[in-house]
Amino acid sequence: MGDRLALARYILAENPINLVALLLFLAFVGCAVLGPSLVPYDPIATDTAVALQPPSAAHWFGTDQLGRDVFSRVVVATRLDLVIAFAAVLLSLAVGAVIGATIGYFGGALDTSVSRVVDVLMAFPLFVLAMAMVAALGNSVSSVVYATAVINLPFYIRLARAEVSVRKGLGYVEAARVGGSGHARILRVILLPNILPPLVVQASLNLGWAVLNAAGLSFIGLGVRAPTPEWGIMVAEGAQFIVSGRWWLAFFPGLALMLAVFSFNLLGDGLRDIVDPRSRT
Amino acid sequence: MTVLLRRMLGIVPTLAGVVIATFVLTRILPGDPAVFFTSSPTADAETIEAVRQKLGLDLPLWQQFLIYVRDLLHGDLGNSILTGQPVLNDLMQRLPASAELTLAAFLLAVVVAVPLGIAAALRPGSLVDHACRLISTAGVSLPTFVTGLLLIYLFYFLWGLAPEPMGQLDPFIPPPARVTGFLLIDSALSGDREAFVSALGQLVLPATTMAIFAIAPLARMTRASMLGTLGSDFVRTARANGLRRRTIVVSYALRNALLPIVTTLGMVFSYMLGANVLVERVFAWPGVGSYALDALLSLDYAPVQGFMLVMAAVFVVVNLLVDLAYQVIDPRSGLLSHG
Repeated sequence: MGDRLALARYILAENPINLVALLLFLAFVGCAVLGPSLVPYDPIATDTAVALQPPSAAHWFGTDQLGRDVFSRVVVATRLDLVIAFAAVLLSLAVGAVIGATIGYFGGALDTSVSRVVDVLMAFPLFVLAMAMVAALGNSVSSVVYATAVINLPFYIRLARAEVSVRKGLGYVEAARVGGSGHARILRVILLPNILPPLVVQASLNLGWAVLNAAGLSFIGLGVRAPTPEWGIMVAEGAQFIVSGRWWLAFFPGLALMLAVFSFNLLGDGLRDIVDPRSRT
Repeated sequence: MTVLLRRMLGIVPTLAGVVIATFVLTRILPGDPAVFFTSSPTADAETIEAVRQKLGLDLPLWQQFLIYVRDLLHGDLGNSILTGQPVLNDLMQRLPASAELTLAAFLLAVVVAVPLGIAAALRPGSLVDHACRLISTAGVSLPTFVTGLLLIYLFYFLWGLAPEPMGQLDPFIPPPARVTGFLLIDSALSGDREAFVSALGQLVLPATTMAIFAIAPLARMTRASMLGTLGSDFVRTARANGLRRRTIVVSYALRNALLPIVTTLGMVFSYMLGANVLVERVFAWPGVGSYALDALLSLDYAPVQGFMLVMAAVFVVVNLLVDLAYQVIDPRSGLLSHG
């Protein structure tokens, strides 16, 4: 553990951008936790007297077509966007690890049939699949979480399956079996903890993509509904004002989204370097 | 040849799964299309029932599925409630627009990303290398719809360089005679200079938007893969033997670095198929993505099914091409070994 910490320090020191990413990440988490109590205005209170004002001292990010403060909305939206992404990634990590480990461990017909289903899932462009799933499950935030989780699932299943099939013949698994452990116990106590590190790395690399996906869905009008503050929907609402030069409506939520994904991606890379130093590119 | 055949046969179960998945997914869509179809609040239960029978929605699910498969084999994807046209016609009408956009973006991404990645790998730590790293990290973080809007703001509103982001062609220019459906090709064929320039102008921003995201993983993979081969023994030997630099980089290093690059190309293409929906939305592009989205939002089953099938089919074909490309690039790898 001490080695890992030293390596973490080294990675942060070697590339200052990683430090920036870490600070950004902490800022986003701060916004997500404290958001609603930090902001100067009510994010959904309309005031048409100050509609469509450019950024100023009173409204840092300007106001939208209903006079709502864009800054307040961007900050408050952080919680929803991060919760969707984290929930989706955790869900697909948990479900994918169990399914993947099980089929990797038992193999046979179960393995073949589940792998076939995964192949079918992978045969769709993933965003298209997510679109259809949100529409099928009903237009709500939880559908976005489930859809994002399902389209991520194949990666975890494949990874967990590969990791388990490598390990299932190793000595410590054999020892556990000889020692009288059943299949369930071997999977749960011996194999799952061992395959967790690569899965967690995969999850952190996925996080940025999950945020993009969720925001993309609400951008096209699926999932989150107005007037809930959410980055994708704010960009969608601001889009119609771009051609007349009111850039701030779409720009600031878009920037927040971009920075969030940017910091997640960099941290994911950093985490991978710590867990698996050989895979650095 | 048998290898190719076997690989083609392997597609069949996947495609069958795709058909089932598409059917199930669209059948559990909420809302009653019969009610929507009659689209009049005063329609009585009897009218709705008649419509439901006409659409075949009163049958058990498995019968609906059999009918669906039978129609599919006849090339009948059903009718769109929204446009009143057969879905196949609608899709064929709009597919060229999407294909033109996707292929243009794909070409643009390859032309920029591969040389950039090679240049970065040739001089690690140089300015080009840092630029490459910046682009590949920032590019992945950019949501396509935000990039698109940003480009519209800069190039249309601020600088006036791009035309208004409304579709494929200036509305005041008569479209050229339809031959292939690709506006650029059609206008070039009919010698319509004005339409060609307009179509090209409309294409630049959406294609750039899509390309920006694709450049990132491509440049990154090209760089990493080239670094690997440039550091290998055979390149060192080639260098020691005094081969020309060009020969070393292109025929020795790049040729051997191609496999992961081609894999990434396939992934990037599949991503682009999905991103189509977003980009077409932003630029009011009359492609299949916006068509499917409109249908989806108004509970129109058939176009969504058709769209998903077409996308999956395109994707499966792309994967097949990638596999075949493996075989051409490196006969040792790929099909023969696990065939």
